[in-house]
Amino acid sequence: MASMQSLDIKNRSATSLPSPSVRSHTELAKLIDVSKCIGCKACQVACMEWNDLRGPVGENTGVYDNPQDLNEHTWTLMRFSEVEPDDFSFEWLIRKDGCMHCDDPGCLKACPAPGAIVQYANGIVDFISEKCIGCGYCIAGCPFDIPRLSRADNRAYKCTLCSDRVAVGLEPACVTTCPTGCITFGTKEDMKQQAVLRIADLNSRGYDNAGLYDPPGVGGTHVMYVLQHADRPGLYHGLPEDPRISPMVGFWQGITKPLAIGALALLAMASFLHFIKHGPNVAEDDDDAPSRDKTRDRKEESSHVE
Amino acid sequence: MSNKDDIRRYKDGERLHHWIVAITFILLAMSGLALFHPSLYWLTNLFGGGQWTRILHPFIGLVMFVSVMVLMVRFWRHNLVNRDDLRWIRYLPDALHKREGRLPPVGRYNAGQKIIYWSTVIGMFLLLFSGLIMWQPYFAPVFPIGLVRFAILVHAFSAILLMMVIILHIYAAIWVKGSLQAMVKGTVSRTWAKKHHPLWYREVTQEERK
Repeated sequence: MASMQSLDIKNRSATSLPSPSVRSHTELAKLIDVSKCIGCKACQVACMEWNDLRGPVGENTGVYDNPQDLNEHTWTLMRFSEVEPDDFSFEWLIRKDGCMHCDDPGCLKACPAPGAIVQYANGIVDFISEKCIGCGYCIAGCPFDIPRLSRADNRAYKCTLCSDRVAVGLEPACVTTCPTGCITFGTKEDMKQQAVLRIADLNSRGYDNAGLYDPPGVGGTHVMYVLQHADRPGLYHGLPEDPRISPMVGFWQGITKPLAIGALALLAMASFLHFIKHGPNVAEDDDDAPSRDKTRDRKEESSHVE
Repeated sequence: MSNKDDIRRYKDGERLHHWIVAITFILLAMSGLALFHPSLYWLTNLFGGGQWTRILHPFIGLVMFVSVMVLMVRFWRHNLVNRDDLRWIRYLPDALHKREGRLPPVGRYNAGQKIIYWSTVIGMFLLLFSGLIMWQPYFAPVFPIGLVRFAILVHAFSAILLMMVIILHIYAAIWVKGSLQAMVKGTVSRTWAKKHHPLWYREVTQEERK
């Protein structure tokens, strides 16, 4: 790794002090316009091809989702949902699922291995797999159920937003390959503006509730969706309405840690202070017992023995 | 310190299991704290790195659990709580200032030791169940994510509480001279027994007379 790259890391897992932050960066984002998706899965193929991923051949269970779920070989997956958003319409909604690259990443917060998860200044959240210890805390931390642990090497994997391509000025593989222009990539500001145009178009076509999915509960995301039914993200294969890091994870990773370590240190310290103030508690008939307390202690003892 | 007149307090098997618990506890505390707080991550070096720490910790935990269960079965009868225990706790602050006169006479275990016994037993059950639920890669995948999150929290809390209890346990053994001998040689001096566990001492001497 080039040393200059350390200047591009904004957050690092299990690290209490701030990262080098002298450089200023532009936040990047991927925009997925669900209304333009035709479900061709070219993005899935491009992802496998660029990242050299090939999972075992699965089984057909009668739905288009292939494979059935994200896994260590499948970092992005087309999710097909047949829904009836109202009484008189039927829609086939297809969402490209994968890491959302949260601005406040739950995986990074939960990770106990220093530097195993990093967030680059451009917003990409990346797993540094050689430092991963396989504990699965990132899975517990993620509000979107994205990371998957490999049974073969016990490390967690997910979409990198092609951080290797982006670092050299290319766009992610899925963006390059998308035949309908459903996936676009650029600065987060540009993507938001583009979303505004798309939403206006959808509104004019009768989708009154079209909108941008950039959930504030996780500080916004660096993968955003344009949804026809932004008021009901759950229609899109259970996309969470208001994702946020679980309070249990926040509590465990937040105030608990310093308090717990402090309590342990305090107790050990108090024990030590007690010892140097009062000295050892000696049964006085022993040969090495100090003689000065003998008579007093004996008197007290006789009061309760027998 | 010791002589032929000493009283037997712990059998060989009891001491063996106590020290299995003690050693596994130290290993578990170090490996657990390593993954609990970033400033202690360096402790993973003692276990062969982060991956090895993650792999070993739960297996060591199973060993500790089994040994605690053995101790639980052996000692539960002596740790039943009675009315004098409350009085003992009330006068504990006095005793900590070496004014032991007002403490009620103690049997085989005092209230403090009983608290340590019961919190260790309860703590081990909490740690076992929460630990199983969060254990990657074997068990965690079959549990719902909300339960795994809850288990991780429970595991952290009960571990910290257990560590605090054990700090008190270790300090009590250091402070009260003659106690360590009970767990090393299995015997205590008569004066120690008379002072700290007079009721137990009476029981033992009555049996001797028979």
